Amino acid sequence: MHLGESMRECEYSQISTRSSTPMETPYKSRTPKRKKWEAFPGRNKFYCDGRIMMAKQTGVFYLTLVLILVTCGLFFTFDCQFLAQELSPIIPVIGGALFLFVLGTLLRTSFSDPGVLPRATPDEAADLERQIDVANGSTGYRPPPRTKEVVINGQTVKLKYCFTCKIFRPPRASHCSLCDNCVERFDHHCPWVGNCVGRRNYRFFYMFILSLSFLTIFIFAFVITHIILNSRRQGFLVALKDSPASVLEVVVCFFSVWSIVGLSGFHTYLISSNQTTNEDIKGSWSSKRGKDNYNPYSYGNIFTNCCAALCGPLPPSLIDRRGFVEADAPQLAPPTNGIIMYGATQSQQSQMAAATPLLPQQSSEPVIITSSPENGTSLPTRASLTLGGPCTSFPLGQPTPPTSTPSLSCHEAADMLPIHGHTLNHTHPLQEQAAHHHYLTPEEVPSPPGMLHCGSPLGHSHTVQASFYNPASQDSLHEDSVRGLVKLSSV
Amino acid sequence: MSSFHNLQELRHSASLANKVFIQRDYSEGTTCRFQTKFPSELESRIERTLFEDTVKTLNNFYAEAEKIGGQSYLEGCLACATAYLIFLCMETRYEKVLKKIAKYIQEQNEKIYAPRGLLITDPIERGMRVIEISIYEDRGSSGSSSGSSSVSDSTAR
Repeated sequence: MHLGESMRECEYSQISTRSSTPMETPYKSRTPKRKKWEAFPGRNKFYCDGRIMMAKQTGVFYLTLVLILVTCGLFFTFDCQFLAQELSPIIPVIGGALFLFVLGTLLRTSFSDPGVLPRATPDEAADLERQIDVANGSTGYRPPPRTKEVVINGQTVKLKYCFTCKIFRPPRASHCSLCDNCVERFDHHCPWVGNCVGRRNYRFFYMFILSLSFLTIFIFAFVITHIILNSRRQGFLVALKDSPASVLEVVVCFFSVWSIVGLSGFHTYLISSNQTTNEDIKGSWSSKRGKDNYNPYSYGNIFTNCCAALCGPLPPSLIDRRGFVEADAPQLAPPTNGIIMYGATQSQQSQMAAATPLLPQQSSEPVIITSSPENGTSLPTRASLTLGGPCTSFPLGQPTPPTSTPSLSCHEAADMLPIHGHTLNHTHPLQEQAAHHHYLTPEEVPSPPGMLHCGSPLGHSHTVQASFYNPASQDSLHEDSVRGLVKLSSV
Repeated sequence: MSSFHNLQELRHSASLANKVFIQRDYSEGTTCRFQTKFPSELESRIERTLFEDTVKTLNNFYAEAEKIGGQSYLEGCLACATAYLIFLCMETRYEKVLKKIAKYIQEQNEKIYAPRGLLITDPIERGMRVIEISIYEDRGSSGSSSGSSSVSDSTAR
């Protein structure tokens, strides 16, 4: 798995013409290159230079590992000798093979990338925002919830917009709140394996629980056999005293069997009907929802569904953990001033790109929010929205017009909408154009105020790629900055 | 290699004006497919047929990678039997097709897109979400996009 991925990395760097030129930026030689896993925005832990990927909480995983190792260890040490002698030497061999398979699949499930979807690049996010705005037409102050409907095999499926990852989630993908990632074909987050179970590791997870059920039943059966055979010779209590380990094994296996075998059965059902745990729990395809409700992903028969889930092609990891963070990827209109018209024409975008270096020096200048530079009347009304003073007066360095705040579920900000909405949408001759423009939220904008002091666009784009932002803290800062905005505009 | 040299020159002499994102087409399920709808921003830059050909070929590649049939079953069973250790020495079919796609995109960029001031980014670098097409404007030209004259216009206000 690792070899393939590293080979892939080599191949893809050939396509990227960006990093190959030494003329790109002098910055690059000075700053040490970070690997992408070091800059990964999700809540995952990485080991072995990005080769191993796990969830943040791994305590229960170690418990699973200990339980399996201890039980099997005791079995091989205390019971196998007797069983090999009395019954057959093939018993420890089968036990050993099962144990190795269980361990292998467990480690593969826990350490591999479940199918994490990388977050959208700033340009992509901006493009999507613009499309949403155009589609919604900004009919009211509160834009409708961000969903897209797709018809898959005759069934209407709603695609939801993920505010953290700034993408429309593909069908069957879900955002894991524990790992803070969108995962393709999200099944569930399993604390026992210390990772999410998704498209790329579902088969390993299923193999793990299946083989573990066999192993548990195997150990349970043979330890009982050992005790029974022993007790025929020496009596039951003496047999128990002789091998106390067996008692422990029986207890562990007894409790495990019910849960593990049950889980295996449940997942066998899910695989045969091509559903995820997530879908089953929500009852997405249950006939109770409607007569015409059916699973559009099912292939029709159980055999094909099983084969597809277990023997289908294994997609590669999309997050390229061991690649290097690209410091100088070209960006559209570096968004450091925080307010960019993505609905604007090309000319305006590049005007802003050229104008941003001027920002720190001309702090009394209004920040560019114009819908069109030709319309001189737009500036005075919008001047109230701008940073009148130095950039550091706002924590994030940019105010964000409230038209974007409802998307952040920022309910307080929505009350401020009438003030700004009025100036934006009703008084301008270019009202329609204004309606199409969508401002960047601080989440999308690489926010460190330090960036604003970087005079060159290169500096901007450098930090754009390397930084990642914590949406939670951004939200509260954003609310504060919006409130500050209202005070300004009411003057 | 002269055409690759063109790509380098493109980056130096041209400035990035816009990016167009071709989104995924989920109408056939979760398999990887991109929309073949021709974006309006490219209307003046490239012929519709060339663009559609590129996207359709890419879609075919991805369909081949994700095809569930005899070969993929064999690979899956073999992998399971060897406890997935076989992937330490062997590439998966998906990875093989991705390499083919990378080569195809590079070839398309060199022959068709770079001469028209466009650049296709391999979808794998964007998490298979979009095909990103960067539109470059020649810095020397006095086109409607970047230029110092338009900067002074905005600051004069």
